[in-house]
Amino acid sequence: MAATYKPERLLLRALSIAACVLAWQWASTSHVNLGLVTFNNVPSPKEVVAAAGELIQSPKLLTHLGASIYRVFAGYAAAAVLGIVLGLAIGRSRFLEDALLPPLEVLRPIPAVAWIPLAILMFPSSELSMVFITFIGALFPILLNTIHGVEGVDRRLIASARSLGSGAASVFTEVVLPAAAPSIVTGLSIGMGTAWFCLVTAEMISGQFGIGYYTWSSYIVQNYPEIIVGMLFIGVFGMGSSVLVRKAGNALMPWYFMGRKTS
Amino acid sequence: MTQGSIDIANLQVDLGGRAALHEVSLSARPGEFICVLGPSGCGKSTLLGALAGHLDPSHGSIRVDGQPVQGPHPDRGLVFQQHTLFPWKKVIDNVAFGLKMKGVPRGERRQQARALLKLVGLEDYENSYPSQLSGGMQQRVEIARVLINHPRVLLMDEPFGALDAQTRLNMQELLLEVWARIRTTVIFITHDIDEALFLADRILVMSPRPGRIIDEIRLDFPRPRHAGLVTSLEFVRLKRHCLDLLHPRALPHKENHGITIPTAA
Repeated sequence: MAATYKPERLLLRALSIAACVLAWQWASTSHVNLGLVTFNNVPSPKEVVAAAGELIQSPKLLTHLGASIYRVFAGYAAAAVLGIVLGLAIGRSRFLEDALLPPLEVLRPIPAVAWIPLAILMFPSSELSMVFITFIGALFPILLNTIHGVEGVDRRLIASARSLGSGAASVFTEVVLPAAAPSIVTGLSIGMGTAWFCLVTAEMISGQFGIGYYTWSSYIVQNYPEIIVGMLFIGVFGMGSSVLVRKAGNALMPWYFMGRKTS
Repeated sequence: MTQGSIDIANLQVDLGGRAALHEVSLSARPGEFICVLGPSGCGKSTLLGALAGHLDPSHGSIRVDGQPVQGPHPDRGLVFQQHTLFPWKKVIDNVAFGLKMKGVPRGERRQQARALLKLVGLEDYENSYPSQLSGGMQQRVEIARVLINHPRVLLMDEPFGALDAQTRLNMQELLLEVWARIRTTVIFITHDIDEALFLADRILVMSPRPGRIIDEIRLDFPRPRHAGLVTSLEFVRLKRHCLDLLHPRALPHKENHGITIPTAA
């Protein structure tokens, strides 16, 4: 997956990022005002780096990150279990599809963020309501990709397994599950991204602690460099955990990678 | 082996409300190699699907060793044109799959799988994944996977149809070699006249849809057979006869239409 580039291409790419940082530095220090958008209150990269260094050394960081990671994983784990189980059931049985899918289809177009007010009303603690928001955010990508994966199983493989002596249970464990696995991993990876996205929004509104809360409270108390530090942490952790999920999935499915390389 | 007799009587299979097979009757002796030859879409695959137990007959009956066919069973091994190996299992575990379904312990089933891989000449590829093999090798694994169940009947649906000409020839010879050792009954579907003539004890020729059996050709070419057979006079004569049956308008002289021609013994 990771493309390797020639040194001159790497250099160009590094220069591209450096140019952007320089442009940012210039725009923020000279307070560029373009009318529509102004850099008047935007902190400079130098200030951001200093604020980041400060945060990394302070115990606040662990508190904030710990709170966020706990919420993401609690909501995400619940979404993974429920999404995969429901997805497998719905994908395998027409009855369950008709019985379970319609209410989910009605809820699906509602963005997880739109659940925030209701979630605050529904759950006794704001902690639980934030976990619920991440759960909702991760659930649908996982559920839909699982259904898609199960319904996409090559029927000839099932026929073949039955001819080789498989009963219903073995068809499920030996054929349906592994055949749907790549699609499930895709759902888990996308779900991880949306879980972070939803969490950060939820924390901005109802949090105490958490990286989203840190970002928003930095704005409230006018610590502008810390806004950007928070943004960067959110990006790094969101992407990092998505990549982890994908890597773990690929490690469990060496055959899938191989097939794509050769064909 | 005395098992593997097939009796099909007045079989009709309807697909989508239309008859795909019409009044097909055939019987096979244990260990016989039968090729079913017919144009595309004549219902050959339907016949095989019904024999495998994946399609239900509308009329008529199918019996294997006197037992009516009810659903798929490892006694009737099925090989398709496009392989159906499990991409997530290594070659050896694909071959051992049937034994896993029977509850045979891992060590023992792998040992048997190794023996079958050797039979099809793939003992060096047990740890590969199917996607790493060529088309011909994939079909050899597929055949080994079916044979591990010691099927009474081997059902093959144009198994070499997707292979290039050279590989196909090698696979035909390999199949005959394997069959000479295990002597299971084979029903082999093909639209390739040369293939049918080269492999079979008996060829059943089918009409276009709804498929009926319009001719039966007994082949007495001695075994073991080798690629040189296809240039013999008798082979060419029978080939012309089959062409005549399958493409009646392509040839001006329609001789012996519908008549069984025994080869000169």
